[in-house]
Amino acid sequence: MVRFIAILVGAAFTFVLGLALWGTVATWITDPPLPSAEHEFLHHPKDAELSSAGYFGKFDRRQVQRGFQVYKEVCSACHSLKYVAFRDLEHIGYSEAEVKAIANQWAIEQPSVNAETGEAATRKNLPSDHFPSPFANEVAARAANNNALPPDLSLMAKARHDGSNYIYSLVGPDAYVPQPAALVREFPGSKTPPGLHYNQYFANLNIAMPPPLTSDGQVTYADGTRATRNQMAKDVSAFLTWTAEPNLEARHGAGLAAVIFIAIFCFLAWGAYQNVWRDVKH
Amino acid sequence: MSFPWAKHYEPKQPLMRWLDEKLPLPRLVYNAVGAGYPVPRNLNYFWNFGVLAGLALTLQIVTGVTLAMHYAANGAVAFQSVEQIMRDVNAGWFLRYAHANGASMFLLVVYIHIGRGLYYGSYKAPREMVWLLGVVIFLLMMATAFMGYVLPWGQMSFWGAQVITGFFSAIPVVGETVRIWLLGGYAPDNAALNRFFSLHYLLPFVTAGVIILHIWALHIPGSNNPTGVDVKSEADTVPFHPYYTAKDGVGVGVFLLVFAALIFFSPNMLGHPDNYVEANPLSTPAHIVPEWYFLPFYAILKSFTADFILPAKLWGVLAMFGSILLLFFLPWLDTSPVRSANFRPKYRAFLVVLLVDVLILGYVGGAEAKPQTVLMGQIASAYYFLHFLVILPLVSRSERPRPLPTSITEAVLDKHAGLGLTKSAMAN
Repeated sequence: MVRFIAILVGAAFTFVLGLALWGTVATWITDPPLPSAEHEFLHHPKDAELSSAGYFGKFDRRQVQRGFQVYKEVCSACHSLKYVAFRDLEHIGYSEAEVKAIANQWAIEQPSVNAETGEAATRKNLPSDHFPSPFANEVAARAANNNALPPDLSLMAKARHDGSNYIYSLVGPDAYVPQPAALVREFPGSKTPPGLHYNQYFANLNIAMPPPLTSDGQVTYADGTRATRNQMAKDVSAFLTWTAEPNLEARHGAGLAAVIFIAIFCFLAWGAYQNVWRDVKH
Repeated sequence: MSFPWAKHYEPKQPLMRWLDEKLPLPRLVYNAVGAGYPVPRNLNYFWNFGVLAGLALTLQIVTGVTLAMHYAANGAVAFQSVEQIMRDVNAGWFLRYAHANGASMFLLVVYIHIGRGLYYGSYKAPREMVWLLGVVIFLLMMATAFMGYVLPWGQMSFWGAQVITGFFSAIPVVGETVRIWLLGGYAPDNAALNRFFSLHYLLPFVTAGVIILHIWALHIPGSNNPTGVDVKSEADTVPFHPYYTAKDGVGVGVFLLVFAALIFFSPNMLGHPDNYVEANPLSTPAHIVPEWYFLPFYAILKSFTADFILPAKLWGVLAMFGSILLLFFLPWLDTSPVRSANFRPKYRAFLVVLLVDVLILGYVGGAEAKPQTVLMGQIASAYYFLHFLVILPLVSRSERPRPLPTSITEAVLDKHAGLGLTKSAMAN
């Protein structure tokens, strides 16, 4: 009885799947899927060649500091970094005094309360504060950005596929190009709408963010590195890789120790196994 | 409850004698996983995976309980509290990556454990109850894993919860009411997050309880073995300890090696980047996919695209749940008295096809819906059901099994007779 019902149920599912399959094939023939502009013109991210990439990667602190400078002078005008605190900057090589100064001189103040009147106020940032948002709230952010919301950047390097390389490519020198004539010819509906910018690394090819890195020397690096557009893009990618995964070095270091320890354990366990079973055929 | 030649617990120290009289807990352990449990001598490495699953659950409970000390199950701060664990809690990144990848390791070893059962016929008499309890554990694990994935409250968490609870709205008439009741609202929100956290904390302990029953039921007939032949004499078995504790030690080492590689070197490989974006009910991700371990079932759900009497969605939901529930009937669908696929040439061939089929379903489950992949999914789903519900009952009738060894010992000695010759030849 069980087997009889099973065969009936199996036949029913297979029959319905057969109908569905028929429908899939019919639609495929009568209404084949159209090629899309994204499919043909979207580029894969280029390798940012970061020292943090790879299984034993470490941050290049000078590069991460340069990237922080790019964030501070360019990105922070629109993008928040809410999961990162000023004190965290000590991990990329700034001294306690430097961090204090960076926090104190940060262009945007920390929202606070007036101690006497209780009214909303602002105060200077402390090392223990997280980076303040450039906008008071989402409405203000959208109002200032043609109704687009600049995303928080703390986790961006993990929130996109191949995030570090993606960030480098998206703001790098060959991301914002004139929309290819072939694209407009093949897909007239995909012409970049006014207010958006064609970017060949962005998922739907049209990004609201205007080109952020427009000229060499836009930032004057404290360490004297020549600030080409390519260099700035790489550096900011290095910085955002650190903000997304600040414990990367500790993780890689602990991983090496753990793997060596477990490998020795495996060797000993194998020896114990051989020893226990030496007289038993199995 | 065991073979007559099983060793008996004899406490030597006065303290252990005293304890054994008052509460025979050492005796229980001795008989369960000590020298008091005789096990076939020919088990291969596939028999390590039960112990590994137990280890994985233990590690999940340890990391999970610690994470719960820092996590806040509130829609307004859940995402932020996870980031706080990652950045500000001592070794918090390790705890979270170990827990997230630990779920994958748990499901991975359980899938291999289930595959072992299918290949060597461990679901057959007299071990039907072991199998049934195993399927219950699998269902509990799936529910726990799903609810755990919702807790970080990222985009995939939110939209995964939306899709999965949406299954219930496929039930005719009362579906939508049931869905709202389960979620505690019209969409996943604080009420849903809170109850998911509560259940996510509860179900692992329920699972641990069912695992005790699973092992209890196993110890009545004793372990199956690669030949599928019953234990006939003392020569066929060795005591669990030290023989299989030693062998499990090797398995544990390899398990930890893979686990450590995942945690320390590729912790986000199995996750989805969208889950690092905070949940946003107003923005649907381009491509909603579950975790890798649910992909084959998700592919079955998506394959039902045609209405026939019932709406397509209901067919999909029925098929998806059916694809797991049918495992409950496996002991009665397969009537062949031979357990091990080593002696069942036809069944073995179909089982290999099933393995490839499930891998295809996994691929389709994660792929974008193009006509090619949908077609592949529909064919693969059909094979999945045909395999269990039609092919298995028919093959077990028509198949002529290869001759079985008369005993486990004979099989082992035969194997070594061949091997021994080559070994001595190599020594010369």
